[in-house]
Amino acid sequence: MDRVDGRLKVTGAAKYSAEYELPNMAHAVLVGSTIAKGSIKSLDTKRAENAPGVLAVLHYQNAPKVPGYAQAAHPTEPKPVGQPLQLFIDNQIHFNDHPIAVVVADTLERAMYAAKLVKAQYNEEKHATDFNRNTAKAFLPTAAKRNPKHPLGDYVRGKEDAYKIEPLKIESEYVIPTEFHNPMELQSIIAHWEAADKLTVYDKTQAVMGTQNAFAKDWKIPVENVKVIATFVGGAFGNGLHTWPHETAAIMAAKKVNRPVKLMLTREQMFTMVGYRPHAWQKVGMSATKDGKITAITHEAIGQTSSYEEFTESTLQQTRMMYTSPNVTTRYRILPLDVSTPIWMRGPGEATGAFALESALDEMAFVLGMDPLEFRLINHTDKDPEKNLPWSTKYLKEAMQMGAERIGWSKRQLKPGMVKNGEWLVGYGMGVGTFGANRGRAKVKATLHKDGTLVMQSATTDIGPGTGTAMVQIAAQNLGLPPEKIVFELGSSLYPPSPSQGGSATVATVGSAVHAACQALKQRLTSMVAGNADTSFKGATVENLTFKDGYVSMTASPSARLSFADILKQQNLPELEVTEESTPDASLRQKYSMYSYSVHFAEVQVHPLTGQIKVTNMVSCADAGTIINAKTAGNQMVGGAVGGIGMALTEGAVMDHRFGRYVTKDLAEYHVPVHADAPNISSLFVNKPDLINNPNGTKGIGEIAIIGVAPAIANAIFNATGKRIRELPITPDKLI
Amino acid sequence: MSSDKFPEKNLPEEENGPQHSDARRTFLKQSSLLTALALAPSAAIKAAELKFEEKVAAVFEQVKVTLGINGKKHKLSIEPRATLLDLLREQMHLTGTKKGCDYGQCGACTVHVDGQRVLSCLTLAAMVDGKEVTTIEGLANGDKLHPMQEAFIKHDGFQCGYCTPGQIMSAVACVREGHADSDDEIREFMSGNICRCGAYPNIVNAIKEVKNGGQRV
Repeated sequence: MDRVDGRLKVTGAAKYSAEYELPNMAHAVLVGSTIAKGSIKSLDTKRAENAPGVLAVLHYQNAPKVPGYAQAAHPTEPKPVGQPLQLFIDNQIHFNDHPIAVVVADTLERAMYAAKLVKAQYNEEKHATDFNRNTAKAFLPTAAKRNPKHPLGDYVRGKEDAYKIEPLKIESEYVIPTEFHNPMELQSIIAHWEAADKLTVYDKTQAVMGTQNAFAKDWKIPVENVKVIATFVGGAFGNGLHTWPHETAAIMAAKKVNRPVKLMLTREQMFTMVGYRPHAWQKVGMSATKDGKITAITHEAIGQTSSYEEFTESTLQQTRMMYTSPNVTTRYRILPLDVSTPIWMRGPGEATGAFALESALDEMAFVLGMDPLEFRLINHTDKDPEKNLPWSTKYLKEAMQMGAERIGWSKRQLKPGMVKNGEWLVGYGMGVGTFGANRGRAKVKATLHKDGTLVMQSATTDIGPGTGTAMVQIAAQNLGLPPEKIVFELGSSLYPPSPSQGGSATVATVGSAVHAACQALKQRLTSMVAGNADTSFKGATVENLTFKDGYVSMTASPSARLSFADILKQQNLPELEVTEESTPDASLRQKYSMYSYSVHFAEVQVHPLTGQIKVTNMVSCADAGTIINAKTAGNQMVGGAVGGIGMALTEGAVMDHRFGRYVTKDLAEYHVPVHADAPNISSLFVNKPDLINNPNGTKGIGEIAIIGVAPAIANAIFNATGKRIRELPITPDKLI
Repeated sequence: MSSDKFPEKNLPEEENGPQHSDARRTFLKQSSLLTALALAPSAAIKAAELKFEEKVAAVFEQVKVTLGINGKKHKLSIEPRATLLDLLREQMHLTGTKKGCDYGQCGACTVHVDGQRVLSCLTLAAMVDGKEVTTIEGLANGDKLHPMQEAFIKHDGFQCGYCTPGQIMSAVACVREGHADSDDEIREFMSGNICRCGAYPNIVNAIKEVKNGGQRV
């Protein structure tokens, strides 16, 4: 099925956050610091204030106070582990491009011009931005210090660091640089105070409820007085999971000038203001027996965070549960630097961890002289070795088999550099990915109208995977109504609550609520027909009825049938409305371990003289439960593979540490993959339901689409060249 | 337009640097004030209160252009520094054309000017005076979608949809230019349009279908 919002997207009619027309709207531009650490000595805003059309220049000396800011420091509350940057509260600078002022003007051009006139003098302090020079400052996250059993805490299964005393072992260090989400839509917001205590924002967010709650708390107004609209979100990949200073800047500005204010970040600000995948150092030690049984893995990681907030992610999770090693040790530390705070980026943590783990597996297999696919199969585990629980479902072996056949794995030679295509060296590599098959609580309102159409609403979002399309299909299947008669509305805080679109949980979470709402509607329709004067539906139950094409019939005698519309007409009802909430069964989560799985196969060609790398073929396979829509699910897998090509080959922050400022600060310097970087990519699904996870049998796709891709490519490059590159991105200079 | 490079007096007023503009405004304000103080006619005071001098100056700073947008002629008064992209989005409310970088690096703002694909973020609006601009909103024939729009839907050539208008405008031009004869050629000539969701293979398939279908694009 084609996307339900495809037409809006191809005609330019889809409205993203900066695209709403409000009367008397003003434009705001954010000004950032030019030092990485210190304080503002003086701020010259006079020229900006006097510039044509300028309505206000706000900064720490004159900005409206955010009443909720003080709350976090309340003495009776436990001190938070860091907190999001509080805007314009003092003259302190925590990172380069720290927001120091916001300029508001009547037109965009005037605001942009005036923003350039704001000048600051600083008391500069020595900054620390160089990861390698500061690793000694890394520490165990506070959450793990407080609770040693916390998932971020040190983990030992069997003997600690057992690989060290084994004869057959490898030990390697891996580095990934800071990477930026860079969705194509710049982060933007329109803030509108409709009354002194009533705020509406059109905002780029993955979490309408989260954003609503955050701003209600900040401005100390009732939650229901904050309306958040995010009907279309132009990509996010995680950076819409947090509220950021630019949003508060626009809200402050709107309050000050008493007009709706639009603020769109510049692409340059997308590198400093809205998070990133943190730079990470990792070390893996692994040992195995001659016949390929892993005996021990130790995986250590240090991830970057900011000086003011403890950002953590599950970098080491895959190592704890993926392979049947009796001895596993993991240690996770974070390193605060004078930079802005990271935020989860697609396949958060796991994608970083999988690069090290799945590269190490390839290294170990090479030491053993074993095919890396065979090595993985030998160490496959049919139960979760971390939690000692059965999997809800796991069809990773099937996925491996499908992928190996499609890529032509049998062409791979154990010895690197043996396969050639003219001058080019050809290599094959694989990488495995996993991510928790998460599910949360969501509520859906479903209204069946007397014309036989169904409208559903829930405050979830769609950052691109096709949420609305999947929900329409789930409803169509469950209710027996053609999809063209169903509308799913999302992206508004006025709708029943749903969690953020993150952690690959939307279809499992919201889809379950859609399922519940359809069941409730069927129940109501059944009671109506069973009570009919016409006795053809006598004794009807949901089980002995067939719901199909918008009609109800007795399964045993299908000749008697009634359309949903006619049932409502008989009851003299203009509409039939249900609101259903769906919550995962906690007891099942105690009994089963639930994950999605992916395996990626890459074919690369490397030119031995220039080091040029071409990914010539990719096959990405997933065990993601039931596939609701093959087209959109396949697109997501392919998109993850493209993201993984970027991670492996092109993307990486470069900072000039003299100033603590990024050199890579636009799309000409920071290289996301373009058309020419993306080969034909096949996506394959096992497509078997996980009914323990949820009634639709789905598991998430978004994260596993990228987790394991970078090591598949790095391993293919090793197979082509015999060169093991352990620091991403793998640029040609590293191969010659 | 930098006043460092060109003596102010050699330039017409509209093109003067901003500092000069500031000075002029200050002068206007001061003189209004002086006039008001000296003569105190209520009209002058009222004029100062309403910032009339600002509004008068704003008009002088604008240039007049006539351009066609999606087949309709528009006579507009614009700031000389306004880009075509900002003119379309902020003044004409044609938000189908997207701002993805504002530096000519991503292609999201691609429109057709006299049939050629151009980056509207790198095009000053004043430069398209007398020309015909086609945006994504003008591509379909009424309710009937352009074949490229149909193909993008069929092949799911997008996810979030933000780069899509630029991809489609570029794709139409790519076919018209005769640069869609092979997958590799399409990839090369579409590489100025970034899709961070990574729907590239689907976009290539959509373009191939239109090219091979032989429809008029």
